[in-house]
Amino acid sequence: MTDTINRQSLRGGEFLIQESFPADTFIPEELNEEQRMMAQMADDFINNEVLPVNERIDHQEEGLMISLLNKAGELGLLGATIPEQYGGFGKDFITGTLLTEKVGAGGSFAVAIAAHTGIGTLPILYFGNEAQRKKYLPALATGEMKAAYCLTEPGSGSDALAAKTNAKLSADGKHYILNGQKMWITNGGFADVFIVFAKIDGEKFTGFIVDANSAGLTRGEEEKKMGIKGSSTRQIFFQDVKVPVENLLGEIGKGHLIAFNILNIGRLKLCAAALGGAKRMATVSVQYATQREQFKHHISDFGAIKYKLAEQAIKLFTIESAMYRASKQIEEKTHSLLASGMDYPHALMGAAEEFAIECAILKVYGSEALDYVVDEAVQIHGGLGFSEEYVPARAYRDSRINRIFEGTNEINRLLTVDMLLKRALKGQLDLMTPAMNIQKELMAIPDFGANDETPFATQRKQISNMKKGILLVAGAAVQKLMMALENEQELLMNVANMISETYLCESLLLRIEKMKENGIANQEHHDILNVYLHDASDRFHFEGRNALASFAEGDELRMMLLGLKRFSKTEIVNTKESRRRIAAKLIGENRYCF
Amino acid sequence: MITLTSTLFFYFYRPSEMHRNKRQNTNEIMKFLVCISKAPDTTTKISFTDNSTKFNNDKVQFIINPYDEWYALVRAIELKEKLGGTVTVLNVGAADNEAIIRKALAIGADDAVRIDAEPDDALFVASQIAQHVKSETYDIVLCGKETIDYNGSEVGGMIAGFLDWTFVSLATSLELNGNTATLNREIAGGHEVIELTTPFVLSAAKGMAEARIPNMRGIMAARTKPIKVISPVSAEKFSSIVSYELPKEKSGVKLISPEHPDELVNLLQNEAKVI
Repeated sequence: MTDTINRQSLRGGEFLIQESFPADTFIPEELNEEQRMMAQMADDFINNEVLPVNERIDHQEEGLMISLLNKAGELGLLGATIPEQYGGFGKDFITGTLLTEKVGAGGSFAVAIAAHTGIGTLPILYFGNEAQRKKYLPALATGEMKAAYCLTEPGSGSDALAAKTNAKLSADGKHYILNGQKMWITNGGFADVFIVFAKIDGEKFTGFIVDANSAGLTRGEEEKKMGIKGSSTRQIFFQDVKVPVENLLGEIGKGHLIAFNILNIGRLKLCAAALGGAKRMATVSVQYATQREQFKHHISDFGAIKYKLAEQAIKLFTIESAMYRASKQIEEKTHSLLASGMDYPHALMGAAEEFAIECAILKVYGSEALDYVVDEAVQIHGGLGFSEEYVPARAYRDSRINRIFEGTNEINRLLTVDMLLKRALKGQLDLMTPAMNIQKELMAIPDFGANDETPFATQRKQISNMKKGILLVAGAAVQKLMMALENEQELLMNVANMISETYLCESLLLRIEKMKENGIANQEHHDILNVYLHDASDRFHFEGRNALASFAEGDELRMMLLGLKRFSKTEIVNTKESRRRIAAKLIGENRYCF
Repeated sequence: MITLTSTLFFYFYRPSEMHRNKRQNTNEIMKFLVCISKAPDTTTKISFTDNSTKFNNDKVQFIINPYDEWYALVRAIELKEKLGGTVTVLNVGAADNEAIIRKALAIGADDAVRIDAEPDDALFVASQIAQHVKSETYDIVLCGKETIDYNGSEVGGMIAGFLDWTFVSLATSLELNGNTATLNREIAGGHEVIELTTPFVLSAAKGMAEARIPNMRGIMAARTKPIKVISPVSAEKFSSIVSYELPKEKSGVKLISPEHPDELVNLLQNEAKVI
């Protein structure tokens, strides 16, 4: 079970048809001392320098965001994962994930720093030529220059390639002349450099690096937003902006590669930031519940509140398990691509593309976990939760955007299934053989088999069954609907949810298994696993039933529903007692402690 | 130099010839020794083991004692950055203290010494440190004014005693001009300004410096900075801890309406038994 020597690393999406092993899985408990010190540094910075001035940030006090970004630059937070030859610290991907998580607790500031280090800096790192990297990256790593990313336009959001911004080569061939308008540009108010997507001659979608002081580039007014009010969000207008030809980013007509690849890492990073914000709010929730008294009891004594506290922790621990699992996979893939002779930026990008499905899942479930946590934080605070005087109100407003940017959660759900099917069609992922096997298995007499008594056998069985359930539903849908499947978005959402639940369940199980092997799993960790798997099986079954009933009927439907039921089995657990134990641990420590 | 406060004392310390002779450092550069101890993070839930005779270390998050880190260490590093010199951090403790030692190195200390012993009491710690100081050529030994676990405020004075050096407690600032130091102390109703020459021992209080967050470069550099581990010297033990006790949990506050003074009197007399 624990040998890693001869095992091939899983490819992206392959978790669906292969077994994964704890020994191959990275868990955050394995972070080393240096990583922990860096995390502590980021934590200290957010707690000491950012959170105390949150109110002033939200009022967009002149120069404050810039000075905080500069401080982050001095600490090295802006250049952590930029290679050393470009002025960064060359830290690994997992450290990057960890730092994003810690900074994620910083509300509007977190959005500004994430936009700068992610979608602002990475296009130059991955797609810039050597001269562009040398010119921009060192200044972006220190914060001397701030970056923003201009993709969305008033008429093109999720449909990014429908952009209207135009680029035309000047008569002397020295410049591209940009005309158009970009919208929802994070850091728009102060960025020194913009990554801009425009269509050359109205056709070839291409990336450009545009200096903010270019003549003809103007910034709109600050948008009035529901949340993340401190983050600068503006329209950017381009009127005959002359961009030197050497600032063309990547290849002509290949802008979509930049736009979409950057989003893969962006999605994992968004999950990390959401997790950081959510952990903070879980702590705020516990600390309020343990001091607020009603009916002569701390409200943390009440089961209804314990349920919420436990559920917050269950969701966060689970998403964290998946996020670090994927981060390690991306890291390993990067190393193997490096070994095959690729340079670092391309290796990392290739690795992120490989795990694009996992990144999409993390984006969706990370942002939704944050939404759950902030919503319950408001609820636990009761009336005070609705007051702007207390922490939860801002967190509640700030959370909402996460389900929208970096690709809406709907787009990401569709992508999850779409990417899987495309890989199957290309022969990268053999979904067909296991799907056929499942049809055979359903026709045969159920295998009651000898009871497997090894630890976690039932949980492993549940997950392998869930994988079969997905292949059952998706396989039948593909057979039945063929090309019409892409028009059945409701069904695709169902399948995406089934895939995601399975990925999360498995990631959680692998983490707890490894913790147990390392002697650091306690009762509450087992409780988290048991409750999550128990509840996930119902959600899984619900999604599957809706999916099947949307395209099948009669005997065929009945037979598949029976199969689905068989593949949605779970161990019945006393979730009330489990949640109470989890809550007791949180209450005892008076913070999010898992 | 002279600050305007309601009450002002101005002392001019002239260390005796004897003190001056003790100074062995013939180097040009100033050598700072900062003594750091570990303390439980302030959010730690305190509990005891072994029949309430031992502090329960289990799952406790330890940090560098804030007075040692924020004030003593950071000021030493600031002076080193401004005037040159070296900053060594010293901790008396077991190998698992190296995490906090490395944080001190990440903040900017040059090297570290760990005296490999589980500290028993202030006298033990002070005697170990003094022994090490005697074997080296430090100019200034800095401690925090107290550690936030036992709050003894003893080690600094004891080190000075063992070394026969001058001790300045509760210093809120430290400036250097050659080997002449100027220090401020908070005293009742005002400041005291002290001038003295090295070597000496000080204990640092709030105001001496501001907490510094170690940066990425510092954290990465900390890995390669040397931590010298030395064996403790034997020291006589004069006291031992018999038992610990947690403070009683605060009971709830009772609010008595102003219309019922009798009830208040009754509770004060019969329940609180204070009148």
